[in-house]
Amino acid sequence: MKRKVIACIALAFFCSSLGWARGEDAQVIAIKGAKIIPVVGEDIQEGTILIKDGKIEDVGENVTIPPGAKIIDATGLTAYPGMIDSFCHLGLHEIGSIRATIDYREAGRFNPQVKAVEALRPDSVHIPISRSNGITSAVVVSTGGLISGQSGLIRLLGWTPEELVIKSSVAMHIQFPTVRRSRRAEAQPQDQTSRQVDELKQLLNEARYYQKRRAAAQKDARLPLPEFDEKLEFLLPVVNGQLPVLISVYAENDIKAAIQFVQDEKLKAIFFGVTEGWKVADNLAKSGIPVVFGSLYAMPSNWEDGYDAIYRNPGVLAKAGVKFAFSSQSATLAKDLPYHAAKAAAFGLDRREALKGVTLYPAQIWGVDDVLGSLEKGKVANIVLADGDMLELRTNIKYVFIDGKQTDLSNIYTELLEKYKRRD
Amino acid sequence: MKRKLICLFVSLCLASLSGFSSAQDLLIKNGTILTVTKGTVSNGDVLVVGGIIKKIGRDIKAPSGIKVIDAAGKYVMPGVIDSHTHIALTGTNETANAITPEVVMRDVLNAEELSIYTALSGGVTMVHTMHGSGNPIGGENIVIKMKWGKTSEEMIVPQAYRTLKFALGENPKRANSPITGTPRFPQSRMGVNSIIRREFLKAKNYMEQWDRYLKAKKSKKAAKNLVPPRKDLQMEQLADMMRGKMLARCHTYRADETLEFIKLSKEFGFKIAAFEHISEAFKIAQELAEEGIGISIFLDNWAYKVEASEGIAYNAAFCTQQGVLVSINSDSGERIRRLFNDAAKSMKYGGLSEEEALKLVTINPAIQLGVEKITGSLEVGKHGDIAIFNEHPLSAYTLCEMTIIEGEIYFDRAQYLKEREEMEKKKKEPVKKKKGGKR
Repeated sequence: MKRKVIACIALAFFCSSLGWARGEDAQVIAIKGAKIIPVVGEDIQEGTILIKDGKIEDVGENVTIPPGAKIIDATGLTAYPGMIDSFCHLGLHEIGSIRATIDYREAGRFNPQVKAVEALRPDSVHIPISRSNGITSAVVVSTGGLISGQSGLIRLLGWTPEELVIKSSVAMHIQFPTVRRSRRAEAQPQDQTSRQVDELKQLLNEARYYQKRRAAAQKDARLPLPEFDEKLEFLLPVVNGQLPVLISVYAENDIKAAIQFVQDEKLKAIFFGVTEGWKVADNLAKSGIPVVFGSLYAMPSNWEDGYDAIYRNPGVLAKAGVKFAFSSQSATLAKDLPYHAAKAAAFGLDRREALKGVTLYPAQIWGVDDVLGSLEKGKVANIVLADGDMLELRTNIKYVFIDGKQTDLSNIYTELLEKYKRRD
Repeated sequence: MKRKLICLFVSLCLASLSGFSSAQDLLIKNGTILTVTKGTVSNGDVLVVGGIIKKIGRDIKAPSGIKVIDAAGKYVMPGVIDSHTHIALTGTNETANAITPEVVMRDVLNAEELSIYTALSGGVTMVHTMHGSGNPIGGENIVIKMKWGKTSEEMIVPQAYRTLKFALGENPKRANSPITGTPRFPQSRMGVNSIIRREFLKAKNYMEQWDRYLKAKKSKKAAKNLVPPRKDLQMEQLADMMRGKMLARCHTYRADETLEFIKLSKEFGFKIAAFEHISEAFKIAQELAEEGIGISIFLDNWAYKVEASEGIAYNAAFCTQQGVLVSINSDSGERIRRLFNDAAKSMKYGGLSEEEALKLVTINPAIQLGVEKITGSLEVGKHGDIAIFNEHPLSAYTLCEMTIIEGEIYFDRAQYLKEREEMEKKKKEPVKKKKGGKR
C-alpha cells in the first residue's frame, strides 16, 4: 500500500513537472455520436469519448455515459486527436516587419542557454487562430546562429506562459552548417562545412570535459572547481543524451554530413527541413533519425529536382521507413499545419500517414506519445471535432478540447468580422 | 494583299475539310466540367478547335485526327488567373523616383523565367504581372498568358485593360526599408496622397497646354511661330488615366487610405480597376460595393507588417457576400501554384459556395483584367484556357495534371513524370567512354 502511495505521489509529481496536472473540472464530458478516428487502431463509425480530469476516460462504440455527465452531441462530426505543430514560432512572433514583436532569434552563434518558452506571449493573436483550426500543441523553436537554443513543447491554451508550457525543453536546435552555393565555396566546399562542424564537435567535447572536471572537483575538494561556463553548462543534457538535438539541415550532402555528425557524437537527434531527403532516403531510414518537415509552401532549391520535389519528399521518406512529422514553420500561418500534410498526401504520401504526421508521429518524436497523439484511454483529452476530414481545406472545426477543456474558438478573425458585421 | 487573304481563307477551309488538326485543337472527354459560370457538367466533354472552345456537353464526337484527352474521374476547370503577380519580369520596382508612370512592364518581360512553369504546374494560364509597390505612382502593368516556350510578345494579351500601378501606405513611404541618405518624399500617408494629387494636377495642366496648342494650330489665325508643348511621358500616362484609356490598380492595406484614394479618383475622374491586397476591405465593403470597385487580395497571408495585421481570412468571403468583386492573388512565384487551395479556404472562412470559391481565381480576376469575354470560364466561344485536376480543385488533396492555353498543352504532369523517370535512369547508367577517343 505504502509503495502504491509513493508511486502515486511520484507519478503526480512527474505529471506536474510535465505540466499536466492542473485544476480540472471534475465534471465528466461525454462526446456522443461522433465518428472517431483514434489514429491508433481501427476507426469507430459511431462512438463515445468520455473525458474526466482532463484525460480520456474511455473511448469506444459501447461506452456507458455516467449520470451527470455533460453531453456533447457530435452526431455528424468526426473526432480526431488534436494536431501537433512540430516546428513553429507561435507566441514568439506577432508582426513580421516589427522587430519589437519578434522573439525567436538571438544574436551570436552559440546560444544553448536560451529557451524559446521563456519568451512566450500567451496573448499572441496567432495562438487562438491555430487552436480554432484544430492545433492543440506545438513545438516552439528559436532560430539563428549555429546553436539557436532550446525548443519547448506548448499547449495552445493558457493565460500565462507557465500554463502554456508542457515541456520547457524538448530539443536543442542546431543549424547545421551549409555550403553556400557560391563559386568560392565550390572550390573548397568540404572545408567550409567541416570547419564549422569541427567547431560544434569541439564545443561538445569541451562540454564533456567540463562535466568531467566538475565531477572530479566535487569528488575531490583539492581539485579546483572549473569556472562556470554558460554555453557548456547548457550543453550537458545534449552530450549526456538526455536532450535531443533538433538539426536544421536541407541539402543532400549536408544531410549525409549531419547523419555522420550525430553518429560520431552519439547524439539523440531529430532533423528539421530535410528538403532533399528523398535523395538520401535510405541513409536517413538506416540512421533512425526522425524528420520534421518544414513548410511545404516552398520551392525546390534545385530546379533539376523537379517542380514537385518539396511536395513528394514526405511520401518518399515515409516509404523508406523514416519517422516524420509536419510543421508550419510559421506563427502567422501556423493554422495551415494540416494543409502541409494534405499537400504531401496529394503528392504520394498515404493519407493515413499524413494524418499521423500531425498527431501520433510528432508525439512519438517529441517523447510524449504516452500522453498525446491519439484518442486512447488514459491520454490527455486533446480532441478535435470536425465536420469533415481534418486535413481538408473546406472542413470546419466545431469543437477543440485541450486537457479536457472545451476551448473558445473565437479569435481576431472572428472578432473583427463580428465587429464589422455590426457596422451600419 | 487581297489575294493573300483569299489564299489564307482557302487553305484554312481545306484544312478543316481534310480533318487537319492543329496544335490548338483538342477534345477533353468524360470529365467533371466545372464551367464556373454555367454550372457543372458531369461526364462532360470540352471541344477546343483553333484555340477556341467550340462545344461543351456530353458525348461530343471527336473530329478525325484530333487529340483526345481522357479526363474520366478528373475535374476540368477554366485556367486559374492570377490578378496580381510580379513573375516573368526582369525588374519590379523603379524606386529611385517616387513617380514612375512612364515605366512599362511590357519592356521588361522575361519569357524564360521559371516561375512561368511553376504557375502552369498550378493550373495558372494567365497573370497580371505588375510594377511593384515602392512608388505612389508606379509603372504600367501587363497581362500575359503562361505560354512557356513562346516569346514574351506572344504571351501578351492585347484584349486586357491597360492598368497603372498605384501604391499607398507603408511601401511607398518606405516604412520598412532602412533610410540611406536623405529620405525620399513621401514619408507619410499625407505625402503619398499629396504627391498623387500633385501629379494629376500637373497632368491636367499638361492636357490643357496640349488642348490649347492643338486648338491654336487648327485655328485659321494660327501664329507661325507656334511651339508645341514638351512631350512628357509621365504626363501622357496620367492623361490616359483621365481619358479613361488606362485604369488604376491601387496597392492599399488600410480602409482609411483606400477611401482617400477613391476621393482622388473622383477629383480627377480616373477609374479604379481594383484595389490590391486591401487587408481591411471588410471594413469598407459597402463603399467598395457601391463604387463597383473590385479587390485582389490574399486569402489569408497577413501580419507581415502593421498595415496587414488585421487582414482576416474572412475578407474574401465577407466582401463577396457584400457584393464586391473579389479575386485571390498570389503576389508570389510560389503561392501562384496553389491559388486553388487559397480559393478553397474561402468556403471555410465565410462559407462561400464551391462556385463562388472557384470564381475567386477564374472569372473574377478575368473581369478585373477586362478579359472576361475571352477567358475566365468554360464557355463556347472563349479561349481554350483549361486546367485539369485529378481531384476536385478545391480539395486539399488535389493536384493539377494538365494546363492548357488556347488548346495547346503547356503543362502535362504525366509527361513530366515520364521525363523525370528517364532522367533518373540516365543518372544511374554508368558514363560510357568513347571508344578510341583521343585526348
